[in-house]
Amino acid sequence: MYRYDEYDRALVFERVAQFRDQVERFIAGDLSEEEFLPLRLQNGLYLQKHAYMLRVAIPYGTLGAQQLRTLASIARDYDRGYGHFTTRQNMQFNWIELQQVPDILQRLAEVDMHAIQTSGNCVRNITTEAFAGVAADELLDPRPLAEILRQWSTINPEFLFLPRKFKIAICSAHQDRAAIMMHDIGLYLYPDTDGQMLLRVLVGGGLGRTPILGLQIREGLPWQHLLSYVEAVLRVYNRHGRRDNKYKARIKILVKALGIEAFSREVEEEWQHLRDGPAQLTTDEYQRVAAAFVPPPYQALPDTDLDYGTQMADSPAFARWVTRNVQPHKVPGYSSVVLSTKPGIAAPPGDVTAAQMDAVAQWAEQFGFGEIRIAHEQNIVLPDVPKARLHALWSLACAQGLGSANVGLLTDIIACPGGDFCALANAKSIPIAQAIQQRFDNLDYLHDLGDISLNISGCINACGHHHIGNIGILGVDKNGSEWYQITLGGAQGKASALGKVIGPAFSAAQVPDVISRLIATYVRYRESDEPFIDTVQRIGLEPFKERVYGAMVQPA
Amino acid sequence: MNNLLSLEQGVAAIKRDDPWTLVRDAEAPLPEGALILPLALWLSRRIAPDPPHDAVWLGPDDEVEHLQPWLEVLPLIALDFPSFRDGRAYSQAYLLRTRMGWHGELRAVGDVLRDQLSHMRQCGFDGFAVREDKSAADALKGLAGMSVSYGRSVIEPRPLFRRR
Repeated sequence: MYRYDEYDRALVFERVAQFRDQVERFIAGDLSEEEFLPLRLQNGLYLQKHAYMLRVAIPYGTLGAQQLRTLASIARDYDRGYGHFTTRQNMQFNWIELQQVPDILQRLAEVDMHAIQTSGNCVRNITTEAFAGVAADELLDPRPLAEILRQWSTINPEFLFLPRKFKIAICSAHQDRAAIMMHDIGLYLYPDTDGQMLLRVLVGGGLGRTPILGLQIREGLPWQHLLSYVEAVLRVYNRHGRRDNKYKARIKILVKALGIEAFSREVEEEWQHLRDGPAQLTTDEYQRVAAAFVPPPYQALPDTDLDYGTQMADSPAFARWVTRNVQPHKVPGYSSVVLSTKPGIAAPPGDVTAAQMDAVAQWAEQFGFGEIRIAHEQNIVLPDVPKARLHALWSLACAQGLGSANVGLLTDIIACPGGDFCALANAKSIPIAQAIQQRFDNLDYLHDLGDISLNISGCINACGHHHIGNIGILGVDKNGSEWYQITLGGAQGKASALGKVIGPAFSAAQVPDVISRLIATYVRYRESDEPFIDTVQRIGLEPFKERVYGAMVQPA
Repeated sequence: MNNLLSLEQGVAAIKRDDPWTLVRDAEAPLPEGALILPLALWLSRRIAPDPPHDAVWLGPDDEVEHLQPWLEVLPLIALDFPSFRDGRAYSQAYLLRTRMGWHGELRAVGDVLRDQLSHMRQCGFDGFAVREDKSAADALKGLAGMSVSYGRSVIEPRPLFRRR
């Protein structure tokens, strides 16, 4: 893990002092609501329906055990005993008092953490996949460049008042688990034939009310040019992005308006002024940062463990958990474990209590090397667990309510906080997620159905990424009441696709039936082990629509 | 202009005897004295046989490149922040300083507030016409900003990784 040196530390502590002063001036009336707004947003503070919400940055989803304990202590001391993991690998606290925020930020700074630029019209948290550095299908470790980008984008004075928010993700595995096509800039890192690191640069991806997949503007960019190239993109965007309408202000709209060729030309022209200048990364800097991500001291373990085999044979429940929640690791004898935060009715997707956070921190030290990752799917990952110890970890996880064997299944729902918390939402998300989880509570059936992603957003801002769920649910407002529009066929990863609306929206009470009918249609048409998304792509939307709208469900 | 902060040889102070008047309304009769004019008006007066020694201000929609031929004769360039949330002038300042080689005064005008002054300074502004309803003495506290910046900027072209 990256550890702060005196520069990093000075920056976060000075930032806390600066924000403490701004909060005091706001409370004293010296700063107006309008003047304070971007200052608090750039320190992660939103005003929601009932209270302030603080979004803490978890850079590229990586946490140390002590950092997670600190988050637990914040949940306990300043919130209602829990926190919520977001799809961008951050943690949100929903019940925060403004006066206490400087103290919370101080507590974060003490463990090399902050909430800088987790909101506002600036470059947000740099994300990558949860298995970075350990995934069996990884080409290169994306974390050093993610950290370098984090530093470059933090309080970069030219780019703090962009037309709109700006999200960057980087990934370097055969499977894209970082959803890079949905980002303002998506970076794919890969080696050339000599092992030199190159970048493929995509721009203009994003969900929200105009969902668009990112388009490639550069192939084979040597890594040394990462910062100058990103700077060129941001300068073009800052100068020319629309500012007259916040719904048309994301870079995707500019890319669409200019066309990808013209946009690329602008960027290349700007970049010609910057390339080979002081922004060019040095090998020294790369190595300084990469030294923080060297592999931990793995033991030499046999790749197959006898006890582990026996435990699988003896406990079908454990075996099922292994099938869904355990991921292959680069190092023989090790695995990565996904702890599901989607237990169903017991807790909303992504919510974790302080006690659970403390337990996870303990397991990270007991079974791994003290490291924890947060996945884009709002789950928790322990990246380095010896196979021989999986059973012990599973037992503990079950006792803490973190042992659901449903990763990638229909009940592993991605959902935004929705109308229960968010001032922007048209409709609630959490009760819908829980009603679906309740309907599909038979694990055998869920496992038989296999991989199905279901995403719920409470409004068109699409924080639950409903466009890229195999099944997407979008909360809409119709004459003051809450309705839900269903999309089918979305996918993330390299075969990313945007779902299509199946027809008129449904009431909350109808949603579980609709999902049942979609699933029944899949079961009827699937060929052998065909995954849900493949069946949808093969047979199209019609059979699903017929089953949903032709029968008992009355569309609105 | 009143309520002005200026940075001279790295020292920031409230400037009390500024001669310039900012002209926003190009249609109204021009006041006496040293004027900072909108680009179109400035250009129209420039082509006169004996052009006056006006300064110019640009809005965020104006292209800074238009000033390239005039840098030798301009006494001062101002960049407007119609709202402090409009960040285009930061990039304009970067371009004027770093790419076009403007060394004269670069003044921020408009919605210029304490909590953005350090960003403006880092992007190369050295004059700050603080919004008139705000205290310049109070705004002065915002100019220094933080002691660490990761990225490069106009006033520190080397990113931190070349200095740490």
